[in-house]
Amino acid sequence: MTSTATHIVGRRLTRVPVTDAPVGRSHKGAFWPTFALIAGALYCLFPLVWVVIASTKSSRELFTTSTLLPGTGLWDNLTTLFAYNDGVYVKWALNTVLFAGVGGLASMVVSGLAGYAFAKFEFRGKGLLFKLLLAGVLVPGITLAIPQYFIMAGLGLTNTYWSVLLPMLISPFGIFLARIYAASSVPDETLEAARLDGASEFAILRKITFPIMLPGLVTVFMLQFVAIWNNFLLPYLMLSGEDKYPLTVGLFTLVSRGTNEPALHTAVITGSALAVIPLVLLMLWLSRYWRLDLISGGLKG
Amino acid sequence: MSVLTDEKLPAAAVAPPRAERRRPSRRPRAPYAFVLPAALLFLAFYLIPLGYAIYLSFRGAKVSGGGGYGTREETWVGLENYANVLTDPELLASLGRLLQYGLITVPITLGGALLIALLLDAPRARFVTASRTAIFAPYAVPGIIASIMWGFLFLPSTSPLNAILKSFGLPTLNLLDSSWVIGSLANIAIWGALGFNMIILYTALRAVPMEIYDSARVDGCSEWQIAWRIKIPLIAPSLVLTSLFSLIATLQVYSEPTTLRPLTSAITSTFFPLMKVYRDAFTNDQINAAAAMAVVITVGTLVASLGLLRLVQGKTNGDER
Repeated sequence: MTSTATHIVGRRLTRVPVTDAPVGRSHKGAFWPTFALIAGALYCLFPLVWVVIASTKSSRELFTTSTLLPGTGLWDNLTTLFAYNDGVYVKWALNTVLFAGVGGLASMVVSGLAGYAFAKFEFRGKGLLFKLLLAGVLVPGITLAIPQYFIMAGLGLTNTYWSVLLPMLISPFGIFLARIYAASSVPDETLEAARLDGASEFAILRKITFPIMLPGLVTVFMLQFVAIWNNFLLPYLMLSGEDKYPLTVGLFTLVSRGTNEPALHTAVITGSALAVIPLVLLMLWLSRYWRLDLISGGLKG
Repeated sequence: MSVLTDEKLPAAAVAPPRAERRRPSRRPRAPYAFVLPAALLFLAFYLIPLGYAIYLSFRGAKVSGGGGYGTREETWVGLENYANVLTDPELLASLGRLLQYGLITVPITLGGALLIALLLDAPRARFVTASRTAIFAPYAVPGIIASIMWGFLFLPSTSPLNAILKSFGLPTLNLLDSSWVIGSLANIAIWGALGFNMIILYTALRAVPMEIYDSARVDGCSEWQIAWRIKIPLIAPSLVLTSLFSLIATLQVYSEPTTLRPLTSAITSTFFPLMKVYRDAFTNDQINAAAAMAVVITVGTLVASLGLLRLVQGKTNGDER
């Protein structure tokens, strides 16, 4: 396994990574591969297209008109959604930005610092601590949520923003990736030269390490952003006040209530469309900055 | 801020020789400071909760005294919770359903992601960038919202599948009834995970230079042979990693079935193991039993993950010999 991975890393330089159609690519016999790819693309896009179309339908149209035909209820749906419980939907959206944005950034800093220390320094307990963190990657995060709830409750922190933010700051996988990236990108010679020039470790961190590690850190940020945005159980357990919910928990309570009030079905659909479309676009735009080869090369160590 | 740091530089420049005498590494304090936030957070949100869950799993309420006057008090109960958990028919049934769900989800996700990655990397396919972008899009959709969207696509009264069946005069289907619901849940998971796994495998494939394939083509290898004999072995480490992620994700499936519950009666409150853990801990107030179950699931995940790694490593070593 080790030799395979080194081969990959070693050979990367010789390949031009940007073009999708390398010179000499022939399109003879392209039908079946292209057909399969387009089928996959349609499968993945279909629910997203559906949710946008369905958000324009009134409650009656949702159950009567053809699936892909736009309806006439978009304005009413938006009014219902934003009027629901005095506009709590906007609060959910802002809370989501807080949890995923601030949490993701803070987690990136924590992971970056630890990854840099693991990659470029020798210190006591390094081996043991890193092994524990690696085992942490394998512990199902959700298993921890229940004891975390009781500990937070003991500290009187449940139903605060902290109860959701703090547990999501630690990401063993993020630290793992940051270590790999620091090891491969930060040159020892530059660090040594800066030390000889008398730079403090903090100055080295700020002026040398951070700029070099930035592309890797963006990847760590995006992964943690999505992990927090995806996390349902933790905020669902910790928060009891509707005004502190992120979108996921808020929309879930709307679905649960929708069984008794079918009018809320259209609000749920409109709320889902509004929540998901900007995020999909953001993610697709940011994906060009991703260094996912970090993950692929990650297992060689 | 920066002025302050710069002023400190001369002082720091004097420091190294002194520090060097003490330890071989000249600035021994810096790495501890860098690693401290991560270590504290790991302690607070991994080790302590895990320890607390294990502690709770060995405790239980015992009724002491007789008749109607007995008082409940918390004591050590040894392995009693574990004995109850491992023989609990509800948990065993939920594990059975999880196994069915995993046997559908994991192979299709990994096989599909590998197939798409190979097609994207194949020299012949067209619309490569557009397809890749579209297939990656669901990664940004949380499980709750994916379940809401698919839930309405499954719901008999709004399902487009039923509209099509009806227009052909065929009987309609309820994709949320008990015979279909595991497949429907698997579909949501596959839809959500396909793109991320595809990107990891595709990135690994892109790291292999074209020259290898060129020489194979000159030797008369077909594209299938190249994929099977060269590409797949070369990206084996990434395949292991994606298998590991899929396995862990499968064992902790929770949000999707919970979101679909309001739409169907086929999903019970103990449908999958973690739903039962949640119900026992928070609805039934059986914290100790729930803790024991959480520990069992964690140990199961560790054993399965390490087993997978061991198996794969054994295979790879065998190939190298």
